[in-house]
Amino acid sequence: MPKRIILLALPALAAYLFVLIIPTIRGSRYSLTDWNGLNPEYEFVGLQNFRDAFTSDASSRAIYVTAVIAISTTILQNIIGLLLAVGVNTRIKSRNLLRVFFFTPVVMTPVVIAYLWQYLLAPNGPVNSMIAIVSPRETYPSWLGNENLALLSIIMVMVWQFAGFVMVIYLAGLQNIPEEILEAASIDGTSSRQKFWSITLPMLAPAVTINIMLSIISGLKAFDQVWVLTGGGPAGLTNTLSTTIYRNAFQYGEFGSSIALALILTFAIAIISIFQYRPLLRREAAL
Amino acid sequence: MKRYTWRLGLIEISLIALAVVFAFPFYILFTLSLRGAEATASPLSLPESLNFVNYSDAWNKAGLGSAMLNSFLITVISVILILVLSLLAAYPLARLASRLAKGMYWLFLFGLLLPFQVALIPLYQAVRDIGLLGSIWSVILVYVGLQMPFSIFLFAGFIRSVPKDYEEAGWVDGASTWMTLRKIVIPLLRPITSTVAILNTIFIWNDFLTPLLYLTGTERITIPVALFAFVGQYVSSWPLVFAGLVSAILPVLILFFIMQKSVMKGFAGGLKG
Repeated sequence: MPKRIILLALPALAAYLFVLIIPTIRGSRYSLTDWNGLNPEYEFVGLQNFRDAFTSDASSRAIYVTAVIAISTTILQNIIGLLLAVGVNTRIKSRNLLRVFFFTPVVMTPVVIAYLWQYLLAPNGPVNSMIAIVSPRETYPSWLGNENLALLSIIMVMVWQFAGFVMVIYLAGLQNIPEEILEAASIDGTSSRQKFWSITLPMLAPAVTINIMLSIISGLKAFDQVWVLTGGGPAGLTNTLSTTIYRNAFQYGEFGSSIALALILTFAIAIISIFQYRPLLRREAAL
Repeated sequence: MKRYTWRLGLIEISLIALAVVFAFPFYILFTLSLRGAEATASPLSLPESLNFVNYSDAWNKAGLGSAMLNSFLITVISVILILVLSLLAAYPLARLASRLAKGMYWLFLFGLLLPFQVALIPLYQAVRDIGLLGSIWSVILVYVGLQMPFSIFLFAGFIRSVPKDYEEAGWVDGASTWMTLRKIVIPLLRPITSTVAILNTIFIWNDFLTPLLYLTGTERITIPVALFAFVGQYVSSWPLVFAGLVSAILPVLILFFIMQKSVMKGFAGGLKG
């Protein structure tokens, strides 16, 4: 094989350097300055932006909100996704239809989903109409107007959208478990519950790891759903790191602090990603 | 083949019940988009008559026609470029044993760990400085660069699982690089090529932040940005807005229903690496 074929990688490399590597290097440098994004002059401020990120009310709130979203969507998505996968992996008649159905929100535009839910959760919207039918009351929850309910709504919408995605990864894992093992266990008189805990779940371990990592990462990056559903409100209390980064940079002209926040997010994601890719990188290194 | 037991029946009933709850938003989405001016009716009821006026209205007022065309052009051009560039790069990086090839592969893998946020602002400036702001080529360029690590990673993994013998025969026979690639390598890579294409298509069609940054305020906006602007303007007229939302997701939904098996397999296999 001729060595010169490495030249084929050059166009990809050029695009990659231009879009990701060079801007990342340049961006990291701005985090140590008070640059406002327009003024060609800026001053070096050391680690001030990073200190502010952890001490200012707005950004520490954003860190908190992001962590809550990441942790709760991860737990809920994985429980629901696993149950769905186990369910549609049985011989029920509607299994194929249900798989497609639960997966549909995954391919839908997040902006569309966020608007749909904005209407569903409006004060006179369908969700409150449903509540009115089941148990009429004096006042109905203001889903997007109260900070805690708004956060809950964002989490609910993300889980609704991504449970199907988690499901297909678990489903692929379940289908990799050899039928013979489960049959042998049945012959030995193992109950279904025992089979699930002592055979299925351990053999699903790789799928569990992947799903947890991917859920945490997408939770940490949450932007579209929050931006459209609550716009970070009420009173900025549901802003995540991603919406704060966008707002600081493009609405308030605080590029330096925006990039410091972005680096904090990067760092969190990088640590998790390294866990995710570790087995894989080890395999690569062995080659 | 086991019999259909009462346990299976129970699982089936509970899953279908869950599906009904899950379907509630879709039901509202479609019925509201077809609702006429009878706004007094409960949002839960079926519309009395099917009303497609909302669709033509939304189509005209939101400029969905041109947004659809922009989304389509951007998605198709980006995905084609991503496939070509990542395949061309993955092949030598997966096959050559040289230190240069390995180093370059690691450099691309490193991109998987880099979230986009740090690069966002300096990249915006770079795109502005080369004068692409507001042109569809700005977002195409961004998508191509952004999606290289993931696409190369998928291609390279697949290429390594394919035996070298076929290509070796090609090289020994003195076929040109281009001929070997076209006649031997590319046909072997068909399954992974469709996975890479599907994942990139869905990501690009649905992406909001990139076109919001680079195309806002121009004629070149894509579907998600057009909807964002449209809703801001007509927020009180939900049936109109929902007709817009349905039009925006129909192309991707149709594509999904036609190719559901490969789409789900692509997500399950592609994203777990």
